Amino acid sequence: MDKKPSHVRTVIAYVVLIILTFLCLFFFYILVINCTRSHQQIQAGFSFLPGKSFAQNFNNVIHDAKLPVLSGIKNSLIVSACCAALATYFSALTAYGLYAYDFKLKKPAFIFIMLILVMPTQVSAMGFINVITKMGMINTLYPLILPSVAAPAVFYFMYSYMQSTLPLELIEAARIDGCNEFKTFNRIVLPIMKPAIAVQAIFAFVQNWNNYFIPALVLQENSKRTLPILIAMLRSADFLKFDMGKVYMLITIAIVPIIIVYIALSRYIVAGVALGGVKE
Amino acid sequence: MKKTWKALMSFALIAAMVFGLSACGSKGGDEGTADAGEAGKVLNIWCWNDEFQTRFNDYYPEVAEVAEDGSTTTLKDGTVVNWIIEPNEGNNYQTKLDEALLSQESADTDSKVDMFLVEADYARKYTNSDATMNVADLPGVLDATADQYDYTKEVVSDADGNVKGVSWQACPGLIAYRRSIAKEVLGTDDPEAVQEALADWDKFAETAQKMSDAGYKMLSGYDDTFRPFYNNDAAPFVEDGKTLNIDKNIMDWVAMTKDYTDKGWNNKTSLWSAEWAADQGKDAKVFCIPACTWEIDFTLTGNADPDGTQDPAQSAWGDYAVCVGPVSWCWGGTWITAATGTDNADLIADIMIKMTTDADILNKIATEKGDFVNSKSVIADLAANYEGNSFLGGQNHYALLSDSAAGLSLKIASAYDQGVIEKMQNAMKDYFDGNVDLDGAKANFETSIKEIYPEIETVNWPE
Amino acid sequence: MAKKSKPEIKQVSYAKWGYIFIAPFFIAFLIFQLIPLAQTIYYSFFEYYRSGLTIIGPNPVGFDNYKALFDSDFLKYAGNTIILWLAGFIPQIVISLILAAWFTDVRLKIRGKQFFKVVIYMPNLIMASAFAMLFFALFSENGPVNASLVSMGILDKPFRFLASVSGTRGLVALMNFLMWFGNTTILLMAAVMGINPALFEAAELDGCSPRQTFFRITLPMIRPILVYVLITSMIGGLQMFDVPQILTNGKGSPDRTVTTLIMFLNNHLYSKNYGMAGAISVILFIICAILCLLVYFNLNPTEDDKKIRKRDRFKPRKEALNG
Repeated sequence: MDKKPSHVRTVIAYVVLIILTFLCLFFFYILVINCTRSHQQIQAGFSFLPGKSFAQNFNNVIHDAKLPVLSGIKNSLIVSACCAALATYFSALTAYGLYAYDFKLKKPAFIFIMLILVMPTQVSAMGFINVITKMGMINTLYPLILPSVAAPAVFYFMYSYMQSTLPLELIEAARIDGCNEFKTFNRIVLPIMKPAIAVQAIFAFVQNWNNYFIPALVLQENSKRTLPILIAMLRSADFLKFDMGKVYMLITIAIVPIIIVYIALSRYIVAGVALGGVKE
Repeated sequence: MKKTWKALMSFALIAAMVFGLSACGSKGGDEGTADAGEAGKVLNIWCWNDEFQTRFNDYYPEVAEVAEDGSTTTLKDGTVVNWIIEPNEGNNYQTKLDEALLSQESADTDSKVDMFLVEADYARKYTNSDATMNVADLPGVLDATADQYDYTKEVVSDADGNVKGVSWQACPGLIAYRRSIAKEVLGTDDPEAVQEALADWDKFAETAQKMSDAGYKMLSGYDDTFRPFYNNDAAPFVEDGKTLNIDKNIMDWVAMTKDYTDKGWNNKTSLWSAEWAADQGKDAKVFCIPACTWEIDFTLTGNADPDGTQDPAQSAWGDYAVCVGPVSWCWGGTWITAATGTDNADLIADIMIKMTTDADILNKIATEKGDFVNSKSVIADLAANYEGNSFLGGQNHYALLSDSAAGLSLKIASAYDQGVIEKMQNAMKDYFDGNVDLDGAKANFETSIKEIYPEIETVNWPE
Repeated sequence: MAKKSKPEIKQVSYAKWGYIFIAPFFIAFLIFQLIPLAQTIYYSFFEYYRSGLTIIGPNPVGFDNYKALFDSDFLKYAGNTIILWLAGFIPQIVISLILAAWFTDVRLKIRGKQFFKVVIYMPNLIMASAFAMLFFALFSENGPVNASLVSMGILDKPFRFLASVSGTRGLVALMNFLMWFGNTTILLMAAVMGINPALFEAAELDGCSPRQTFFRITLPMIRPILVYVLITSMIGGLQMFDVPQILTNGKGSPDRTVTTLIMFLNNHLYSKNYGMAGAISVILFIICAILCLLVYFNLNPTEDDKKIRKRDRFKPRKEALNG
């Protein structure tokens, strides 16, 4: 009596999972197929087999000054990498400051960060644009990078991780060995935090790689734009969308590197989500 | 003691951050300007598509080299022309250009806006401001433009009558139709006979019914007939900077388009969309498209013949012809203006003269790109002697349009037209699609207008 | 970040290092969030916009911007945002709960768990703008989806997804669902795995059906994380921008039914109407602040069981990281 329903449930579970898998993968399958087909083939109808225009589409995308993909990739890489580095390092530093030391403002500081844990940046976007314009940082990459120093969600993750992995005795021992506080942090705490830093670095990287709202307001010049803005231009610029091969190719360029990295690191990423708790 | 220390520390931190900034600066700096600075002068030209860019690269005699990716053009004297191309939609081009013009004074010479292009839909915004130079201050330009169509100067004149820009094209509108479909349904593809069938909006509708009966659509989309109506408005949309008056013509367009949509006479597409473009191809079932002369080269040729074969067997090449249609109208045009504060005035003057008044160059633009060029004498010559455009099946469309061009007018252009037209077409699309009723569409239109033009206080609709 | 260490003081007080270590965070927060927020609030009481090349204002106008906001379609966009969020969130939480229950059910032996986990999380990493552009291309009138549906005989003519309210909203919801259900599943799984296995064993011995186990044990035990998922998802929903913006090319059409609050904010920011943009931001800020407080109390229920819970939650986490 107990086995039969379980059997049925297994079948149902597989069916649902296969449908969801199909939903998740099918669109990317079409994307990959279509970026290898020419505009005419795409217009003519859908095919399950790839075409032969991959190189052609790729060249068209790369050699279009109106859509500077190479500089877009470069800008996106700079922003995402710097953000990942700043967010993880300074969050770890802040978490360490609040975890390892006792000082008067410790509690208020902690409560404050917890309060702004999930506050979206959009609400201050207007003032943000104003402030960075006055600081002469409009149309540069800095306003996209520097705010990562204050990343409450990353901080919370680091703090929780420290609570479970970093014994205060270790820090005492380091002090006795004559390490100064910065050395202690850099040489002893950071290595212990490596797994947490790796996970959060990946998330910060992806989040900034995909970020669109603020960059679209900050970056004015073509040569400064990041990939998501170029994608948005595909949608709005009348002179660009005549070649669907190019459209699919640019989407592929924006998505596929992340997917490859994801598949390579999926074990850690999925584990990281389970630990993360905090949604980006 | 503790306080001072804390203050010191935070100061050090800020200093460290600023240092980090400047260190980053050398890495992220703009290499483009640095390179250009060494090579010589830089000319920054702002535009919203590559229409002028291709003409400049193909015909300006001083062009020495075009960068592989098309981003810059080097002139024979070493000057580097930077093309700054910003999409038009959603007032994007204007917003970005405004930003650049407002910081024009503080910008260094190589990043100043030198030249920018404007469309009729918002030309007045710039020509009525100090952002554009008076053409009279550019050596030799005004004298050279004597042969141009008057309306092309009228649009870009400020309140005191100073001309602020020049154009190489006049833009009479026409109706481009498929010869094969005309033969099948109307029995003839002769432009004069087809003109008979499209002579006014009633006849246009009769023909649309015939097309429908034969399994064709008269038009591709909603916006195709907007310009012929709008261009014949009685007054500009905005005159006092506060009130937006919608002309009865616009509502006629709405009523007609709704009627056509309900009857299935159009294909429900929107301007510039992929579906709209596909409707101009060989296998499309759409009879005609109200188009402007510049559209022939800019979109129609490419959409009708995507592979560039020029082969009537494989594409719609040669299957198009043009006639004037129910009303005479024009659509926009592109004006070249010199930005106040430019350090390259002489070069700009030369570009203006060569690109908009040189008879040889204009002749080439006309015969190779199909533009209705802005020179009465060149057009008169073409009307008499041009052997015909092979895309149009050998038709000489200059002969057809040379008379009407003299009577064109853009008196109704205002600084707000781009936003108004775009939002009108967006809002009415919902009405045509059946998602809202007319009042709902009007309300949506008003909302979006106030979003982009906060200064507009009232919108008046015709009775 | 080079910093000189201060000369050693014999009587060691480490408190200053606490301040030093947390200073960058607070300075960055001050410059890039707090001052901007103050400015945003400040300008929400001013008339301040661009008319052509002229800057109008700032002129103080009191609460006029707020009045104008509620006179216009603000509530409609708030409604849109809620509808779009719910349409994605309800299937998301239902599917995630089911999947989490299945994946953690020892009686249900699902092979390839790791594979499924990897696949369902993948859409979360996709650039939302690229995803939206992809959907636009796929679901356009001549796109592959319509072409397939017509050729399979399901439709007799292409369905114009983006010209229909439910079509467009459906696409946005579908995208949000696809992007987030994997993430939620994994979070809930972690929560379920954190439940003491003895509880499940006892339930099995007592002859509980899987359904009973789920509703009587699993669900109550993971309530805190469910609340957390709900609130963070609400905040995510409030921020909804990339997908509808790019899918509809910023128009929020048809009939502005896909215009979200942030798109509305973006429209005003884009035309440099700082007064109105400020007013929208302030309202969004108030809503977010309330949600933030809820998150805070959810994560820090009471002093006593805070520590216990955190330790518990972290056990499976660490193993997962190292494994």
